Amino acid sequence: MTDTVLSVRSLQVEFASRRGTLRAIDGVSFDIAKGEVLGVVGESGAGKSVTGLAVIGLIDPPGRIAGGEIHLAGTRIDNLPPEEMRRVRGKRIGMIFQDPLTSLNPLYKIGDQIVETIRTHLNLSELAARRRAIDLLAEVGIPAPEKRIDGYPHEFSGGMRQRVVIALAICAEPELIIADEPTTALDVSVQAQIISLIKRLGRDHGTAVMLVTHDMGVIAEASDRVAVMYAGRVAEIGPVQAVVKNPLHPYAKGLMGAIPTLAGEDKRLVQIPGSMPRLSAIPRGCSFNPRCAFAFDRCRVERPEPLAQGAQSVACHLYDNAPAESAA
Amino acid sequence: MLAFTLRRAIQAIGVMIAVGIISFSMFRFAGDPVNQMVSMDTSGAERAAIRQSLGLDDPVIVQFGRYVANAAQFKFGISYQFRLPVTNLLMERMPATLELAICATIFAMLGGILMGVYSALRRDTLLAHAFQAISLIGISLPTFLIGILLIYLFSVTLGWLPSFGRGDVVHIGWWTTGLLTLSGLKALIMPSITLGLFQMTLIMRLVRAEMLEVMRTDYIRFARARGLTTRAIHFGHALRNTLVPVITVAGLQFGSVIAFAIITETVFQWPGMGLLFVQAVQNVDIPIMAAYLMMVSLIFVTINLVVDILYTIVDPRLRSTVSRAH
Ligand SMILES: Nc1ncnc2c1ncn2[C@@H]1O[C@H](COP(=O)(O)OP(=O)(O)OP(=O)(O)O)[C@@H](O)[C@H]1O
Ligand code: SF4
Ligand SMILES: [Mg+2]
Repeated sequence: MTDTVLSVRSLQVEFASRRGTLRAIDGVSFDIAKGEVLGVVGESGAGKSVTGLAVIGLIDPPGRIAGGEIHLAGTRIDNLPPEEMRRVRGKRIGMIFQDPLTSLNPLYKIGDQIVETIRTHLNLSELAARRRAIDLLAEVGIPAPEKRIDGYPHEFSGGMRQRVVIALAICAEPELIIADEPTTALDVSVQAQIISLIKRLGRDHGTAVMLVTHDMGVIAEASDRVAVMYAGRVAEIGPVQAVVKNPLHPYAKGLMGAIPTLAGEDKRLVQIPGSMPRLSAIPRGCSFNPRCAFAFDRCRVERPEPLAQGAQSVACHLYDNAPAESAA
Repeated sequence: MLAFTLRRAIQAIGVMIAVGIISFSMFRFAGDPVNQMVSMDTSGAERAAIRQSLGLDDPVIVQFGRYVANAAQFKFGISYQFRLPVTNLLMERMPATLELAICATIFAMLGGILMGVYSALRRDTLLAHAFQAISLIGISLPTFLIGILLIYLFSVTLGWLPSFGRGDVVHIGWWTTGLLTLSGLKALIMPSITLGLFQMTLIMRLVRAEMLEVMRTDYIRFARARGLTTRAIHFGHALRNTLVPVITVAGLQFGSVIAFAIITETVFQWPGMGLLFVQAVQNVDIPIMAAYLMMVSLIFVTINLVVDILYTIVDPRLRSTVSRAH
């Protein structure tokens, strides 16, 4: 792909703890193209947020990127000096966090926060930056932006605040937006608006979007491709239609079964029995094997590597037709 | 906003009335004031005449009402020792105490904020640990001991700074200031440090804890994700959010600084209200003691009020909830 904006290769993230090093991300690879929305799903603790934070360079000690590479539009960014990485954040990568209520500094007018960010990254005068801030607020759908720009965060509703956060994330025309559960903290009624806003901005500006969410409905609605994460790895990745309609990985099958139908007649989510292993106790072989209905001997000793299956890629031994190197 | 201020002002008046009751009752518990004013051989008739003139035969309520009415006009009677109006005595001494308290507070704020910010941002450095150790000393050593140690070091041993008094002062109207002469400034140094050290350690610990807390918040994480410079994040965002509670505490502490000045003023023979109060206690000079209590309480209450109002100015969330809720 020539239009690849973000390319993550064999990423490993580790956290040092008193009981040894915990590997939260273990060999994650994926690409996001210009204008494409990659949905990232997976149970709590799968490593979605850590992946996003690694990309934007905000893994704090005791965590560290222990291996792999991250490329942004062809440049490697995971090993940049801190000051250069700071200039990538906000300028080339915009981030949207989960809780708009706490993402903005309560003591500053939203306009000041936007102007501050714009002027950090773009060489604009105070006045030009303010004009740009007003345009941005208009673009993200804040009514009467020339008035609201002088409001404080607490004067905005949750949905409006998330729009301000989005304006902040896109204020320097980033190539990539990372949205980590941008609607989880919002009223159901405004969730869809925020998702379609992110989707529209991505399309209008040709921005690549990494959209982390728990909501399979959001994935189906907004993303072009989807990555299913499990215990720090990508279990399956592929075009959204294929993965949602025809999931290959047993874990993905379980997750997709958990999408409530549109008609809403069956709101009960299908549960996958068991729970995700803790980082300190990841099983040998396929990390999903204790919960997998299809697990066989090989799954308990050998770790499955991603295999191409048409447009999809799946890390599961079931799809490996090559003979296994047997231990015998 | 206005309603809020008004409500706080009414509360403040309530507190002052309570203090008035306490200071008024001091007179009752300290025995017959007439005895303090007359000699042994004053006749019974003369005593009765004095009682009459002081209104001491009126019902307690009437006396209290008169006391409050006088206090409201800053009339606190005549000092038993000096035979001068208490108000004049206090006013004469007030500039010394206020200058000392203000210098001590500035010292405490500057030192506390600088050290606190440093030890929050450079948590594991040697200097940060040293600050923590100093703050422990500052909190655990009694004020008078610090004062005496300073005097021993800088006055007795090194001879750099005067060990007592205010130095030369300049009169500006009724106010006297030591800030305009070299000897006045030199005299201020040790008492300010002595008085401010405890506050400084308090502020330092508060700033450190608050700053660490703020650095963990989502908006700081988001500020970092926006690519703001470390400087903007630390000093534009984190520090400002840290200072809101710090200003409150430092402001509220100003009252206790004035109250604690009693000890510092005694150690350094600083001619302020505190020293006057100590002398009054030694001589059972009730009018001065009562008036001092009222004055210090008034300062306390006024500061509380001002801090409450300032708080709403610094924090926009309070500004509008306050105006919305009232
Ligand atoms: N600062 C940290 N120190 C130690 N472990 C961490 C830290 N941050 C994350 N982890 C671990 O990394 C793993 C992945 O966490 P992450 O936050 O990425 O999960 P997630 O997929 O985003 O989950 P959720 O859906 O709950 O947001 C978890 O096991 C978590 O405990
Ligand atoms: S590799 Fe084995 S255990 Fe893992 S998902 Fe596939 S079948 Fe299940
Ligand atoms: Mg997360």
